[in-house]
Amino acid sequence: MEICGGQTHTIMRYGLPDLLPEEIELVHGPGCPVCVASLELVDRAIEIAGRPGVIFVSYGDMLRVPGSRSDLFHVKAAGGHVRIAYSPMEAVRIAAENPDRQVVFFGIGFETTAPANAMAVWQAKRQGLTNFSMLVSHVLVPPAMRLILRSPANRVQGFIAPGHVCTVVGFREYETLAAEFRVPIVVGGFEPVDLLEAIAMLVDQLEDGRAELENQYSRSVTRSGNGPAQQLMHEVFEVTDRQWRGIGPIPDSGYRLREEYAAFDAERVFGTGEIRVQEPPECIAALVMQGLKKPVDCPAFGTRCVPERPLGAPMVSSEGACAAYYTYRRHIGGEVAG
Amino acid sequence: MCLAVPGKILEATNLGISRIAKVEFGGVTRQVSLDFVPDARPGDFVLVHVGFAISRIEEEEAKRAYDALLEFEKEMPESP
Repeated sequence: MEICGGQTHTIMRYGLPDLLPEEIELVHGPGCPVCVASLELVDRAIEIAGRPGVIFVSYGDMLRVPGSRSDLFHVKAAGGHVRIAYSPMEAVRIAAENPDRQVVFFGIGFETTAPANAMAVWQAKRQGLTNFSMLVSHVLVPPAMRLILRSPANRVQGFIAPGHVCTVVGFREYETLAAEFRVPIVVGGFEPVDLLEAIAMLVDQLEDGRAELENQYSRSVTRSGNGPAQQLMHEVFEVTDRQWRGIGPIPDSGYRLREEYAAFDAERVFGTGEIRVQEPPECIAALVMQGLKKPVDCPAFGTRCVPERPLGAPMVSSEGACAAYYTYRRHIGGEVAG
Repeated sequence: MCLAVPGKILEATNLGISRIAKVEFGGVTRQVSLDFVPDARPGDFVLVHVGFAISRIEEEEAKRAYDALLEFEKEMPESP
């Protein structure tokens, strides 16, 4: 299993499954932050973005993710101030330029994005901004891997760990996972050759009966990761339980803002309260993201669920497994619908 | 989301407490924060994610990955 949606994308785009012998099956993991952002959170974002006086800033992928009734694009179409940003620092700049508006940044992502989002909050505090806040929904990879490994239905025999997450946090925690669950883990990069090499390293481990952590992506990843980035992320964020879309709550699986940064927490600033919603019953995203089903196993794939009208988030994000299959594999004969 | 793109630092300047660099990505240049890679210098390659460099790419290791590519090419059948 490759954890990261970016790796899934490379695998499908370059047709790597077709190059591998039949005995090697790649299953796709939960590493798409857009896909695992809970329905409640998306509804909360839509609610805040629709308020008068708010400029809501988000990474582009989040705009089409369906909430229970609408999405952020519809808020924008209805006259809401929703802007797409490439970096969280753009939201800080927008806040500085619009002192009469409340600027809210949708802070989603895995460990890779956490330092950048932490920097935005830290800078906003340092600049004394009182009109900037972040709707934080950071998630962490290792708790999700534990969930998959503990499942009685688990059939993953080796993991490709996410290279950019490990660039930030290093791979010590993955050494623990490899030893604890006796499962081979290789930190992999994002080029086709990186992934092929990582797969070869996993196969070597399985053939030798080893279960270790190895680092294929050594041009970027070190054992201890990026020190300054970790320092800032721990200054601004603390670990908390998180709700994963389709999967449910996972203890200690995300970040929230520390008490010292409460003034920048959009949930506190806007007091949106508790939202309870139901997923569309037809969507099997949860099973797809745990590697238990393939997108093509879903009866709605390519028919009632397409990127323009998605039932679930994995069909929206360019990194979602369903979107990767839809883009690159739906024309392959016999295997898929669409 | 966790997409990070390698680019080459052309120049670096201090902007307040931040270090900002001009980084080239295959002909396109963008402003990138070097706050998380204080050791990076002009001429270095860095991996950039949402406007921040998150690592300095090790040239020797990058060469190893490139050599692996050549190795795979040798082992591949002529046409699949």
